[in-house]
Amino acid sequence: MRSAILEKKTLIWIGIILITITFLIFKEELDWLTQYPKELIIPFSDWINFLMDKFIYKFGWLFLNVSWFLSWPINAAQWFLHSLPWVVVIFLVTIVAYLSVGLRLALFTLCATFYMVLIGYWEESMNTLSLVIISVPMAVLIGFGLGVWGYFSKRAEKIIMPILDIFQTVPTFAYLLPILLLFGFGTVVGLIASILYSFPPMVRNTILGLRRVPENIIESAIMSGADAKQLFWQAMLPSCKKQILLGVNQSTMAAFSMVIIAAIIGGTADIGWEVLYYIRKAEVGQSLVVGLVIALMAIIIDRITSGFAIKSDQAKRGRGLQKNTKINYLNFAVLGCVILFILSRFFALLDDWPYNLSAWLAVHINDLFDAFVESFRSEIKLIKNFTLFFIMLPTKIGFQQAVSPFTWGFQLETIHKILYFACFLITSLLFLKNKKSEFFVFTLLLMIFMYVGLTEMPWPALLIIYSFFSWQIGGYKLALGTFFGLTFIVVVGMWPEAMISVYICGIAVVFCFIIGTSLGVWAAHNTIVSVILRPINDTLQTIPLFVILIPFVMLFKIGDFTALLAIIIYAIVPSIRYAEHGIRNLPSEVIEASKMMGATTMQIVFLVKVPLAMPIIMLGLNQTIMYGIAMLVIAALIGTNGLEQIVFIGLTDGNMGKGFVAGISMAIIAMIVDRITKTISEKRSEALGFKIK
Amino acid sequence: MKSDQQISKKVKLSCRNVWKVYGDNPCQFFSKGSHLDGETSVLSKDISDNGHIVANANVSFDVHIGEIFVIMGLSGSGKSTIVRCLSRLVKPTAGEIFLDDENLLEKSDKELIDIRRHKMGMVFQNFGLLPHLNVIENIAFPLKLQGLKEKERIKKAERVIELVGLTGRENNFITELSGGQQQRVGIARSLAVEPDVWFLDEPFSALDPLIRKQMQDEFLRIQSIQKKSVVFITHDFQEALKIADRMAIMRDGQIVQIGEPVDLILSPKDHFVREFTKDVPWESVLQATDIIDESKKISETAEQVPFDMPVAKMLHLLSKKSLGVAVIDSGGKKIGMATAQSFVAALATAET
Repeated sequence: MRSAILEKKTLIWIGIILITITFLIFKEELDWLTQYPKELIIPFSDWINFLMDKFIYKFGWLFLNVSWFLSWPINAAQWFLHSLPWVVVIFLVTIVAYLSVGLRLALFTLCATFYMVLIGYWEESMNTLSLVIISVPMAVLIGFGLGVWGYFSKRAEKIIMPILDIFQTVPTFAYLLPILLLFGFGTVVGLIASILYSFPPMVRNTILGLRRVPENIIESAIMSGADAKQLFWQAMLPSCKKQILLGVNQSTMAAFSMVIIAAIIGGTADIGWEVLYYIRKAEVGQSLVVGLVIALMAIIIDRITSGFAIKSDQAKRGRGLQKNTKINYLNFAVLGCVILFILSRFFALLDDWPYNLSAWLAVHINDLFDAFVESFRSEIKLIKNFTLFFIMLPTKIGFQQAVSPFTWGFQLETIHKILYFACFLITSLLFLKNKKSEFFVFTLLLMIFMYVGLTEMPWPALLIIYSFFSWQIGGYKLALGTFFGLTFIVVVGMWPEAMISVYICGIAVVFCFIIGTSLGVWAAHNTIVSVILRPINDTLQTIPLFVILIPFVMLFKIGDFTALLAIIIYAIVPSIRYAEHGIRNLPSEVIEASKMMGATTMQIVFLVKVPLAMPIIMLGLNQTIMYGIAMLVIAALIGTNGLEQIVFIGLTDGNMGKGFVAGISMAIIAMIVDRITKTISEKRSEALGFKIK
Repeated sequence: MKSDQQISKKVKLSCRNVWKVYGDNPCQFFSKGSHLDGETSVLSKDISDNGHIVANANVSFDVHIGEIFVIMGLSGSGKSTIVRCLSRLVKPTAGEIFLDDENLLEKSDKELIDIRRHKMGMVFQNFGLLPHLNVIENIAFPLKLQGLKEKERIKKAERVIELVGLTGRENNFITELSGGQQQRVGIARSLAVEPDVWFLDEPFSALDPLIRKQMQDEFLRIQSIQKKSVVFITHDFQEALKIADRMAIMRDGQIVQIGEPVDLILSPKDHFVREFTKDVPWESVLQATDIIDESKKISETAEQVPFDMPVAKMLHLLSKKSLGVAVIDSGGKKIGMATAQSFVAALATAET
């Protein structure tokens, strides 16, 4: 099939590489190659600001009224939760936890809520909870409505789906400012932001659930004489109840994390604000004590909602009996509440906990950490410097600048350069000789990238490389999308920042993918590893992002390296999960067949299992990238320099246009990478001839 | 069961020149009733050449009151589509479907719902039971849709539960039942509304062979009590033989041959039908009436056998009586003689 001469695409790649080298040579003379000229930047952000000003001038009153209107249910919920003594709330939540999952979650809930009381953050927690309680039903209703509409109307689905993509890829901070400008300060911003952020999963799950209702259930309901309404409410909806409840679970988690993030604009007196306050004051012990409250709340909310979803799927015996027990539980709950309420009238302690243990706890945690840092000071420094000097800096500014006596211990001489290029060139030629043209091209590109550094690459060269790569993966449509998307980033003047975002995220993703996939493969073969990893993954996926930052800030202070670690720890989860899932769910005949052919365990893993699970592993990569970008946005809090920082500054300075354009730029990058990785995954699974579950 | 004497010849359900074409614009081929003239296969090929998929081509047959009409075909032959056209789960592209002389294609959605609530019942291959309801709630589901009160629903459902032999399982959830039991629920549900027409779409194909045989007997037992007009879909020729009063064989969306099982076996219309019939054990299909030797005079003293006795059961007699046996009809009248020789002769004609 392959001709002796080079393939066409390899020739094109060689052409592109030559162009890149030409650009690099003339870099000094033509400075527009590295720096897009300032005069040509389209003042997109100014336009947006201008339009927004006009819009607010005209319609601002409308939104303020909505805001006023929406503040009522929030105030009511807050008033209600505050007026209940804490013993009553704990009692109620514990009972719900028991009904949803069982005794273990009930005990966990009891301890966790009691912790909130003990450290003296009950009121703030209830403020957060009241926002969640109000926003979730709204998000669920909106999401369900849109989902049903999208299921029944193809046209509606075509409109809804891209909007969902945008809502879920635009950085969370970028949401907040327009809402802030429209609705004014206060809790309503948090409410609206969390509704906007949390309805998409509900839409997706509703559509998915309805689609998965088996054809024969629909047909049998019709043949039973169901009209359209009966068909939907009595047959289809109950059959996909689990998926819909999973949507509720995801929506609730999204709402919760957004409420926490929304704390950044203040004015809500909720638990997120407290954590942020202490992070900013660098009081790590205190921020960890309070951050734990958020993590515990998230875990409880998640387990309770997902518990109901899972339970809905299990068959239950004897419905009549169940009705009775339900009434019993209700009686018990009401009775308990009344008794506890009356008790709290007599013992003020049960209504309002007077002590605050957080300061005491924080001091001890600080001491502990200080001692730890003190005794491992040199090790911590070593890790940090090693990563910075040998991985991060070369990627960012290339070997030509990163190698210096201060970092590597020697100056980059001509002999080193010759050696460097010679090594890469020989390797690439070896690949070419073996007809591995992809590796040949990759090695050459890597050689240039690592020498020059991502941020020092001429933007036209990167534009061509990315676009042609997209074309190879997904044809001209994807290539055009990539080209115009990236061009947008260039012309609005966000390219340098975009590359910094890509650099941090890129390193994190590569690391996550290698380590995470290996861990996943290992876990698929070793039950102990799997059992150890599962709760860690669960917890990391549940707790809101900026709590994850706290321990890293404690150890490594602020900066790129800390951001990188935080991203890695968060984004590694999908890589592990998908790899394990992919390997565990392979058709067993293939593995048995290879065993019978006499393959060793290692051969089976690397020659059979991993290649077959590749489509799913690629989906894991996709999710890792998305998680990485989400965490990167939050990492702006601890001082990175990429797009995420501009989004953040836009928010804090009230410069909506700038923050929004940067936000869109991040969304563009996210969507391009998403499409590319998904296309690779789909192509692989098509080639392998099976569908991804 | 297979006697036509018990079945009155009155037509219950009838389809005339039914076409079902999938594609972007299937109606274009039927603008002036053009499907009625010209060869079916020619038009069919014309349609598929135009990028459309022909699921049913010019299908016509009648189902008589109280008979079991089996449609047999391999996968992709269009048998599932035709039963969905009959039950109007799918709208035929062209043709007419009459239930009690009323054209179902002219009915509004509302009228169709009403017809399904009272006149039709259907059993599905993968059961189509609702996982959130227990056994009795599933069976009473059609009654609930009609708006019946709970007490009445339960009363009616109890009756069919007894009929299908699921008494004691009322409060089980579907996932707790075996496949055979689940299909019993499916059968009970389809009978709960006391329909006239009973559709069964490969009802036993998802079951293990042993259970399948059991369920076939069960089905015949229920039908002998209920006497519905049945349309039964299957890909299993043996199953078709066992239960059919009359059967149709389908291929590529068209009906190849219609007739009683024995007609199909004795005179298969083409190579395709013969493929199915050739492995059939003749002695179990042929009945006394099929091996009558017309040339032989009726003997008064010969032993008598009923006309519908399977030949398999006569072999013992035939081997002993060289003169043969007399075949009598249901009125006791002698209609002819059957001998060992005539049996071999019948086999010989069938074999060629």
